[in-house]
Amino acid sequence: MTNPQEMTHAARQKRPFFLRRGPMENIATVLIAAGFLMLFQPFLLALYTYSLAMLLAGTVLFIIVSKFPE
Amino acid sequence: MTDAPSTIAERSADMLARATPTTIAVRVRGLSDRAIAWLFITPTIALLLAINIFPLIWAVYLSFTNFRANRPNAEVEGVGLRNYQRVLNDPDIWIAMQTTAHFVFWTILLQMIIGFALAYLIDRKFRGHAFWTTVILIPMMLSPAVVGNFWRFLYQPQIGLFNYIVSFFTGIPPSSFEMLGSVTLAPWAIIIVDTWMWAPYVMLICLAGLRSIPDYIYEAAEVDRASAWRQFWSITVPMALPFIMLAVLFRGIENFKMFDMVMLLTGGGPGSTTEVASITLKREAFESWLTGRSSAFAIILFVAVFGLANIYVKALNKVKQR
Repeated sequence: MTNPQEMTHAARQKRPFFLRRGPMENIATVLIAAGFLMLFQPFLLALYTYSLAMLLAGTVLFIIVSKFPE
Repeated sequence: MTDAPSTIAERSADMLARATPTTIAVRVRGLSDRAIAWLFITPTIALLLAINIFPLIWAVYLSFTNFRANRPNAEVEGVGLRNYQRVLNDPDIWIAMQTTAHFVFWTILLQMIIGFALAYLIDRKFRGHAFWTTVILIPMMLSPAVVGNFWRFLYQPQIGLFNYIVSFFTGIPPSSFEMLGSVTLAPWAIIIVDTWMWAPYVMLICLAGLRSIPDYIYEAAEVDRASAWRQFWSITVPMALPFIMLAVLFRGIENFKMFDMVMLLTGGGPGSTTEVASITLKREAFESWLTGRSSAFAIILFVAVFGLANIYVKALNKVKQR
């Protein structure tokens, strides 16, 4: 009989990258942090212009992936 | 046979029960716990929807229109993403964002350092520590309008106490500098006032964190001959960290919206050196009457704070799990 722990591990391995909560949450966090820095940085107006898109993408992604199972 | 009601309370309850129509009585008696819970929660939810959620949705809608609040009868047209484009390409708003970031960074840093230091000292439980805790908390209890007004007097170059104190320690003549009128000093004048007012709040949160650390951990560290420095960095700071992070979150969100104090102290001046995002927003909304554009600006600020709060809550949960 297969060990249930091994099965869970195997199932987790099978799940594609974009459906895994941990890495996707990290990507969303990086997007939000980048958007936030772009919004308040004093160096380039172009970065400020695209900050909202970055922030919004990160926030929406974060809301979605935080509902994924651990 | 049932006993007749004896006390006044019992008699009035009996009268009320008789006065209630049978259908209503049956209906109320038949309510489930879940239904009763909903009955109690519904007014709060309705209020929340009316004063929080509805204005938010309305602001999102307005941000896509050319609506102007001073022309309520004018035809409202959808402008798509044009308001967002304008806000995100406006150099003046960009500068206001930088001013806000400067203000938020320094106030939070100073408030954390001073607040934690005060909490650490108060936690020593010296004689009269309760009295001093109350004294330290007074600034936090004052209205920002009052604080703004009396700090304006304190910053007066001719009669203000602040200039005389600086003069006493540095030897610079008191009337030779103006905290609120100088381009370089005005942002710091606001940072000083905000730190003075809100460091006690951070102290209160940090104090709760410090008091939650059990004594036996320090006793075990003493047995292991850990120095006070080592105890501070290996026990006090990690165990108080969730509380410190909470304080940063609360103050961060609050300072992004900072309006009243800046308005009372400098009104955004001199020039636009202290014009934080909320003041620019107010000018766009109620001086230029660009309601749609100011709504877009407000939504951008909301998304920024919301996104940051998400990251922060995640970090907080990680710290708590350790």
